Order: sequence, then C-alpha cells, then structure tokens
Amino acid sequence: MSKVLVFCESANGSIKSSSLELITAAKNSGLETVTCLLGSDAPTLAASSGNYGATSSVVCSDASLDAYNSDAYFNALEAIIEKVAPTIVLASGSAPARDVFPKLAAKFDSGVAADCTSIEFNGDNVKLSKPLYSGKCIADLDFQNSKIQFVLMRPNQLPVGEADASATASVEEVALPAKDLRVLIKEIVQGASKRVDLTEANIIVSGGRGLKEASNFKLLEDLADVIGASVGASRAVVDAGWVDHSMQVGQTGKTVAPSLYIACGISGAIQHLAGMSSSKVIVAINTDKEAPIFQKATYGIVGDALEVLPVLTEEFKKIL
Amino acid sequence: MKILVCVKQVPDTTAKLVTKADGSGIEERGFKWVMNPYDEFAVEEALQIKKANAAANITVVTLGPKARVVDTLRTALAMGCDEAALIDAPAEADSYLTATALSKFIEKEGGYDLILTGKQAIDGSQSCVTQMLAENQGLAHANIVSKLELGSDKSVVERDLSGGAKEVSEIPAKSVIGANKGLNTPRYASLPGIMKAKKKPVNEVSLGDLGLSDSDSKTKLSSYRMPAERPPIKFLDGEAAAQTSELVKLLREEAKVI
Repeated sequence: MSKVLVFCESANGSIKSSSLELITAAKNSGLETVTCLLGSDAPTLAASSGNYGATSSVVCSDASLDAYNSDAYFNALEAIIEKVAPTIVLASGSAPARDVFPKLAAKFDSGVAADCTSIEFNGDNVKLSKPLYSGKCIADLDFQNSKIQFVLMRPNQLPVGEADASATASVEEVALPAKDLRVLIKEIVQGASKRVDLTEANIIVSGGRGLKEASNFKLLEDLADVIGASVGASRAVVDAGWVDHSMQVGQTGKTVAPSLYIACGISGAIQHLAGMSSSKVIVAINTDKEAPIFQKATYGIVGDALEVLPVLTEEFKKIL
Repeated sequence: MKILVCVKQVPDTTAKLVTKADGSGIEERGFKWVMNPYDEFAVEEALQIKKANAAANITVVTLGPKARVVDTLRTALAMGCDEAALIDAPAEADSYLTATALSKFIEKEGGYDLILTGKQAIDGSQSCVTQMLAENQGLAHANIVSKLELGSDKSVVERDLSGGAKEVSEIPAKSVIGANKGLNTPRYASLPGIMKAKKKPVNEVSLGDLGLSDSDSKTKLSSYRMPAERPPIKFLDGEAAAQTSELVKLLREEAKVI
C-alpha cells in the first residue's frame, strides 16, 4: 500500500496541532500513515503520534537536530524518506519545513505544493487547493509525473481527530548520516516578541496608520495580552519604521488566516486585504466609514482606535 | 566574480485580479506587471556587492513568456545589472521546472560564484525555487536573508525566523541566497540607466535549448476562482462603551471565537 509520510513538529513537549491536522488527514485517506520526528524528544512523541492514527514512526533523535539547521535536517529527512519510500509527504508550513522540503523535493526529482489550504486524497494522488496572489484568487493543484508528492499545508486549516490513547505507533530510529555541514549556526537572536508567529496565530490584533504613532502600539499589546493574540501591522507603519517587518500582514508580508483578526486604524490597502481576508472573523475599527477594510469585516466599529482600544481591552478583561 | 540574480515578473501588489470565466487563469489586463518585490532586494544586493568589488559582473535572469517578462529584465538592467538572460517559458512553469531550467542555464553559462533570489514570489508564494536551485547545483542555501556579509570563502548571513527572531549563520560564499525585505533599500532606475538598458542585449534561451519542455512541470494549477464573498458587515452603534460591549458579546456568543 502507498504510504503517506507526515513530518511532525513539537512545541512545549507535545506534537503541534498543525502536525496533528496532517496525521488526521493522512489517516482518513485510508493510506498507510507513517510519521517522522527529529530531535531528542522524538522517540516519546513518535509513539504518541499513533493516538491520532499513525501506524509507525521513523525518528532521528540526534540532539544536534533540536535546533534547525538546513543541512542537518536535510540529511536526516533524506535518510528517512529513503527508508519509508512514501508516495506523499505532508508537512505543515512552519519556517523549518518551508525551508527544507523544497530542497528534498529537488533531491527526489519531485514537485512541491506549498501554502495549501485544503487537501483531498484520490487513490495514490492528492489534490490541493491554494490561495494565489496572497488570496486574491484560489486554484486547485494536481501533481503530474512527480515521484513523490511533497505538500506543505498552512496551519489551522484542517480538523484534528479524536485521540485514542490506547493506539501507539511503532518507532524506528535512523542514524543521522555523518556528513559535513556547510551551514554553521552561530547564534539565534530572539525577537522582542514572545508571541506566536502571525502565520500560526489563532487571534491577531493589527495596527495601521490610524494609531497615529509607534508608541500607541502599546494599546494593541495590552489587548493582545488579554485575549492571547499575536500583533500584526500594515505595510504603511512597517515602512514608517514603527514596527519590525516580521509583523507585516499582507502580500509583501505575511498571509494570515486566524479565527479572529482585529484591524485597528487600518484602512485596507488591496495588498493588506489580500493577506488577511481569509480570516474567519474580522473586526475593523476605523474612523472612516468608507474605508475598504469594512468591505471585508464581519463586525465594524466606526471610531478612533485610540479611544476604542482601551475600552475594548477592559471589556474583554470582564469575561476572560 | 560572477553573480547571478534570478527575478520573476508578477502583478503589482495593488492589482485587483479577476479570474477568467473558464477558470484557466487570471485575466492579464487592468494591472501593471512588475519585478517581484523580494527580487528587488536581490538585485540591489548584487549592485552593492559590485560597488565594493569592481571586478564583479552581474547577470540577471528571468523565466516566463518572453513578450512580457523582458520588461522586468530591462528594469534590472536599468538599475545597473550588466547582462540579462531570458528563459522563454509558459507562465504555468512551476517551481520544479523553474529551478530545473535555471540550473541548466547556470551549467550552460559555466557557473556563478554567488546566486541571489528573492525569498518568494508574491504570486504563488511557493518559496521553493531558492532551495530547489541550491540542491540542483549542489550548493548550500540561506533563505529569508536580511543581512549578508560576503567573505572570500565564507559569508555570514542573518535569516529572519518566526516571531521576529533572527538566526546568524556562516555559509560558503558560493551559495544561493534568498533576499527578504530589510536586506537593503532597492534603488530606483535612473533615467540614463533606463536609456542605456534599452540598448543592452538580452540573451534569449528556450526551454528546448536547455533540454526541457513545457510539460516538465510537476504540478499543475486549474479551476482558478475568486474567494467566497464574505457575509455583509454588522456595524456596532453608540459610544465606545456600548460598541465594545456589544462586540465582545457577539464575538463570544455569535461568532464563538473568544
């Protein structure tokens, strides 16, 4: 039977829900589901991937894989793919996965479908759909003559199945191939923000020029603290140097699809709307009732974000 | 030192796009085609390297339908690139075919000492060609790079990771580097640059010249469609206190997202 290999990542000692989404999808396909994990906590987590439907798991638990290195991850995953010989490889679109899987696809003379939002299994093939131009339109994607079908899914797109604690996956270890690394990581400088990355966030509060000045982003931070959100920004304020580019939402920043997106003082340039309009619920707070952001919003407040934000934060505090 | 910069032509970010009625693609009118914004950072980086190293020679290459993508090469030449090459290919060429064709082009031209790309194109947002090209060439890569200190043997790069974190790493000088916003500030083409660019030759290559064909893509897009319409907006009335209390109630009880 054809095999689906699911690359699983962990956070805070358990498999990330974005990876569980993929195990669930693979299991429901009826194909044999094999997971793979890297790093020292891999063996323990690998067994638990069976709770969601993996029958077996292949791990490389070398501690040098605890942090991402493109060469080391490539070497380990190449060995795993050779061992498992899957027809389909699924990974969530995290930064490490988006970096390494295209390289593996080239190695295995195969195509890649990245940034996909839905997946359907049809025998040994997958059919995906993906937003194009940051969501200005959507298209379906099929593979053709690809030895392996490499798929990178956006997080938070698929359901996670019920866990069955009695089902565990058999775990097999592969040794990390002894190859010289060309890339040497010297230092990781943590960002100022300890929040979840925008692309994986479930709630985002985002600010634009309507916040008047950089220091007013504090109001967004206060709200984000209360509702557990990540903080985003429009291109205008990134270009003005108020906040870092890593916070930019839009076609030249990050494309996001949280459950809740609160746009504060953002008028809604086309490229910003493209980057966030697939959010489930959108709240817009803006002084101009004609602002384009209101065309995409679920709920609108016509008002000054600087006045509304502190009141909104207090209102959330009452219930959270 | 030979530098290759790979660029793609994409619709301008302000473009309002409409899909064709038969779902075969987008209507190619009513907007401007521009150089992919991230590729501008790659071009600028090459120009800055050349400024510090007069012996450097910069070739810009693109892949796509030649009638339109030649304009993007002219832009890169006007910014200051020395030579331009165009791989004539259908707009449907996927990441695999693009990386394969670029790799075969590089071999045909005898190799480059440094290859620069944008971190992703804003059309399909695949963010794959940088890494695939590196693998095809047997080179290391660093993508999403916001700082490059080029050495003679090794370079130091800063990559943007999730959540604003940065990774500093050492990588062979001969690598494939994918540029992110923040790497530099791309220049505008000067008028004399634009005039000069018009006269520079463009080296045209077909997929056939590279031993490839239109059908070598490994993925195919179809059924292009517009996103689903969103339900009409609900405006919340009253003063800030009334608006926010109503909003919180709706988010909790109606939308169920809090």
